Amino acid sequence: MSYRSPDTETAGMEAAAGHGHADPAQAREAATLGLWTFLATEVLLFGGLFTAYVVYRIRYPRMFHEGHLKLDRVLGSVNTLILICSSLTVALGIVAIRRGKVRHLRRYLVLTILLAAGFLGIKVVEYSDKFAHGIHPGTDIFFSLYFMLTGLHGLHVIAGMVVLGAVAVLAGRGMFSEGYHTPVELSGLYWHFVDLVWIYLFPLLYLVG
Amino acid sequence: METIRNGLSGTRVYVAVWAALVLLTGITVLVSYVYLGMINVAVALIIASVKASLVALFFMHLKHESRLVWGFALTPILFLVIIIAGTLSDTLFR
Repeated sequence: MSYRSPDTETAGMEAAAGHGHADPAQAREAATLGLWTFLATEVLLFGGLFTAYVVYRIRYPRMFHEGHLKLDRVLGSVNTLILICSSLTVALGIVAIRRGKVRHLRRYLVLTILLAAGFLGIKVVEYSDKFAHGIHPGTDIFFSLYFMLTGLHGLHVIAGMVVLGAVAVLAGRGMFSEGYHTPVELSGLYWHFVDLVWIYLFPLLYLVG
Repeated sequence: METIRNGLSGTRVYVAVWAALVLLTGITVLVSYVYLGMINVAVALIIASVKASLVALFFMHLKHESRLVWGFALTPILFLVIIIAGTLSDTLFR
């Protein structure tokens, strides 16, 4: 799944080096389309689970109501704010590299990765709290969906940290500049998508039951 | 072209979008504490969709992308609607 985005980056780099497209703008457009295609498969990956959520929520409204009351709304809200902030830091990193400021870009990327780690830390606290209260993925359909959806999303957060970390390392080696930073833009797109999924997960699981 | 892009999606715009996202998150959490029945679900989904649109248009700079990219971005949503509607047309009326 997420391993494709480094591929797309490689394609972008080759293109910029003159292997694929003669025109850098065209290379950027092609790489962007590639990433959006990948995101389309991601939408449908989560889409299957969202469909299951809709079907079972209609069938078992009481189970979903009682289940959502057991989730920590405050921790969920804090995590939502953390991801929103991490989207901003990635966006500001891209503004920085568009102006050729590599050190600013690296600082924003590190900040983003730290925010992502904070998100996962809170997720670990929430999971341990559920396990301590005897709630696990087999408890009922609501918690099956809760653990599947948040677990799959958590894997995407980890993948995002790896991708952003790789971009930070490449930036340190001087690979990106004002004129060429397609991989930075693509890793940002992927990270915003991870935020986007959580924007729907949070209200569906924590707020409406 | 590149300078126009920078001008439209510079730091200020990003910070404004971030502030709007924080505000909308606050509203959706506050509304969830008031029991309104199905209206809660509608409000939560509408606010989530506004937030998602802000992220896609500005952070993912869809606003400045070509129609081809828009097509790539919107097609999976169309498919998701078909999948959910098709599944419900079965499970609801079985």
